[in-house]
Amino acid sequence: MTFAEQLPALAVAVPLGAAPVAALLGRGSLPWALAAVASVASFAVALLLAVAAAGVDAISYDVGGWAAPYGIELRITSFSALLLLIITGASSAVLLGTKASLDAEVARGRRPYFYAAWLLAVGGLSGIVASGDAFNIFVFMEVSSLATYILIAGGSDSRALPAVFKYLVMGTIGATFYLIGVGLIYMMTGTLNLADMEARIGGVADLKPILAAVGFVTLGLALKAGVFPLHVWLPNAYAWSPHAVTAFIAACSTKVSLYVLLRFDFMVFQGSLAEHGVHFSGFLLPLAVLAVLVASATAMSEGHLKRLLAWSSIAQVGYIVLGASLLTEAGLTAGIVHMFNHALAKGALFLAVACLATRFASLALADLAGAARRMPWTMAAFAVGALSLIGIPGTAGFVSKWYLVLAALKTGAAGAALVAVIVISSLMAVWYVWRVVETAWFRVPAAGAGRDEAPLPMLAMLWLAALANVWFGLQPGLPLALSESAATALMRYVQ
Amino acid sequence: MRVFGLYNYWVFAVLLMIGLYAIIARGNLVKKLLGLSIFQSAVFLLYISMAKVEGGTAPILRYAGEPELSSNPLPHVLILTAIVVGISTIALGLAIVVRIREEFGTIEEDEIQSKVRDQ
Repeated sequence: MTFAEQLPALAVAVPLGAAPVAALLGRGSLPWALAAVASVASFAVALLLAVAAAGVDAISYDVGGWAAPYGIELRITSFSALLLLIITGASSAVLLGTKASLDAEVARGRRPYFYAAWLLAVGGLSGIVASGDAFNIFVFMEVSSLATYILIAGGSDSRALPAVFKYLVMGTIGATFYLIGVGLIYMMTGTLNLADMEARIGGVADLKPILAAVGFVTLGLALKAGVFPLHVWLPNAYAWSPHAVTAFIAACSTKVSLYVLLRFDFMVFQGSLAEHGVHFSGFLLPLAVLAVLVASATAMSEGHLKRLLAWSSIAQVGYIVLGASLLTEAGLTAGIVHMFNHALAKGALFLAVACLATRFASLALADLAGAARRMPWTMAAFAVGALSLIGIPGTAGFVSKWYLVLAALKTGAAGAALVAVIVISSLMAVWYVWRVVETAWFRVPAAGAGRDEAPLPMLAMLWLAALANVWFGLQPGLPLALSESAATALMRYVQ
Repeated sequence: MRVFGLYNYWVFAVLLMIGLYAIIARGNLVKKLLGLSIFQSAVFLLYISMAKVEGGTAPILRYAGEPELSSNPLPHVLILTAIVVGISTIALGLAIVVRIREEFGTIEEDEIQSKVRDQ
């Protein structure tokens, strides 16, 4: 086999293999260095896979040489390639940029294990999107979740502990629901391979267990993805975790669960169950609308910067689900490209938060008065990320919102109402972002605050992320191409 | 009778709900984790039940003349993995509870809530 054929395995094996090594490298900077190198290597693999996956239907890889459906199959589609780019890109950017922040927040003795957990999270998330086997996805989901719990609790803020406990309980319920669903499908079809499942469900005589499975799988994954009203674990888990961890998980972890949700619901169920599309959008569309409106409204009155951004993340999950539940190619494209664009915007915003946290002890809005005078470069980059979050033309966020509006308009009369929802929630985003801008630029800072910027590597990475928002706003070719081909592939299954 | 024929699945559903109830209704974090453990164990039962073939034995090499029927080994293997995952989850959960107790001096949910609010 050539090197290129081994890429799908490497995408998972590189971070997973590096994880135990990182735990053995002692308390210095070596574990961080290894984690960064492994992340960048995985990012390179993801780029190669994205190029390879763009032209073909799927790259299939039989683990251990056992052919699917009996062996475990890794299956890289353009959808999974896009997600791999998000995961490894976010991990590389955050690790390379925020060493100073991580050093300040993670106690020395914990560092080797912290970076091992980081690599396990990257490996687990990559495994979820690479795998084509339902049970394998469950195992990778738990690998990434357990590692994420460790990352969130790895900092010095004791409020993270109750938050992570809640996340652990709810995340485990979600994963267990998924496991029940997979078990019911296995019971009726005798297979765990996703492609094989789709083919065999058509031949099942009694569909009741399958319908129950649809409910369990959808609900379990919606819980993990933070779909409203199953989002209650999210705000505190994001708010009290180490700032670098927030930037990483906000960029990718909910999106990976959404990926599994879409992949399962479209690939396995849409083609084989009559009326599934109606049930799918009838269930998720109202939740998406509520997510967009309620979460944005909550963000408008939130007094803590990180919690404000976390609530905004819940609203953004709503946009993605909204796009998908339109059940059109345009809607799916919008939803999937929003995964990428939101990762860029939120990644940049939380990197800015990490920069702020190096100089400000509290991230409550009231304590950030005049932050832009003290840290003008950080707050300027924050503003760029915020513009992208709102969806101002010229930023990445605009591209996906534009596509979402176009897709909604195509659905007829109801579409106009959805456009109204999107516009209103964008205005709400303007409001909550403005509160931050107003505090940072126009409030009088506390006494004795001169110019005091974040460390240079953090600032450089923050600006790289902010400029990426502008770049992909003007040149959305790559993510759009991958999203469009992902949406086409998913829509093939819709009846 | 069909109801008794599905006995295992009834136990699965009841255990699942007992676990879920404990998670929701108990304020003590360790009891919540116990509920979570029961919740997960219910799923193990679901998988093992579906693997059973009536009259089937363990799928191992047999002497000539012995019956060939065996239970489906795959769900057993899957559940071995899920049990390991479950143990890790509960262990991590308990570790977090220990840390919570160190930081807040209590493992009752409402008391922790009020202490977090005071911070």
